[in-house]
Amino acid sequence: MVEDKLRKDIFKIDKKIIKSRLIVGTGKYKNLTETALAIKSSGADMVTVAVRRVNISDKKKPLLMDYVSPKKFIYLPNTAGCFNSKDALRTLRLAREIGGWEMVKLEILGDKKTLYPDMIETLKTTKVLVKEGFKVLVYCTDDPLHAKKLEDLGASAIMPLAAPIGSGLGIHNKLNISIIIKQSKVPVIIDAGIGTASDATIAMELGCDGVLINSAIALAKKPILMAEAFKYAVISGRKSFLSGRMRKNYFAEATSPKRGLIS
Amino acid sequence: MAKIQINGRKKLIKQNFSVFDLLKKYKINRTKVAIELNGKILPKNKYNVTKLKDQDIIEMVQFIGGG
Repeated sequence: MVEDKLRKDIFKIDKKIIKSRLIVGTGKYKNLTETALAIKSSGADMVTVAVRRVNISDKKKPLLMDYVSPKKFIYLPNTAGCFNSKDALRTLRLAREIGGWEMVKLEILGDKKTLYPDMIETLKTTKVLVKEGFKVLVYCTDDPLHAKKLEDLGASAIMPLAAPIGSGLGIHNKLNISIIIKQSKVPVIIDAGIGTASDATIAMELGCDGVLINSAIALAKKPILMAEAFKYAVISGRKSFLSGRMRKNYFAEATSPKRGLIS
Repeated sequence: MAKIQINGRKKLIKQNFSVFDLLKKYKINRTKVAIELNGKILPKNKYNVTKLKDQDIIEMVQFIGGG
């Protein structure tokens, strides 16, 4: 995967070209105007969305679709809040019915406190969704074994966590993330736990194909400005990764030549 | 009249009321929602021809902000 991208740096999930390697969530903003402005500022063309009941008692309630047009942005419906396979399948089948979305983000949580993914349910559900024709991006633990199993089941992208959802703690297991990147033939996208722009750069420098950010932008004091910071952080990290960093030395190596020194 | 349940709330509707009529009543655009009728997804092209019956249970969902 890496060799291909050095020639022409195109980001594809399944067969779909995604222009920005920064994917953003649409939750936790103060209002929908702020959501729309932050997304625009981030430069992202793919956004995650949740599926919830229509509020029938408030006919005038503003809709996400009116602020973030599904014609301009690739909607990636998620299963946030699902704790089992049955609920996740129901949610994504309904999401597909809204407007034909086949590319979806599967996330099945196993524990309310850590929101850690339940990999047994996740593996089971991925299999069903792939069979039903969904292109599944899967939120998962940073365990290389599970990541490999997901790929073998036909996942379109592997989305390991950096740290628990909404924690903002940054990448905690660079080694595991690196192993997952090296072994995967499908894109690896860091999902959850990124706290600030430099975390995204680190993820991209490790060789991730993309990052998915929500809380770190939405909960910043100035979300629209932070969205822009992430845009550049991801571009920067990607270019840095493609450039190939210098080797590390344990001692100093002078930058200026020794020849011609005034003695 | 028929007693139905929409998104967990009990509602009374007229006889012969279709799913399409229901969307009109709540000013909901069919392109922005998906509907489950008694636990099964109802395809959009069936909204006009599907009449609601007493004790029907409807779940109507849309996209909202999420991560």
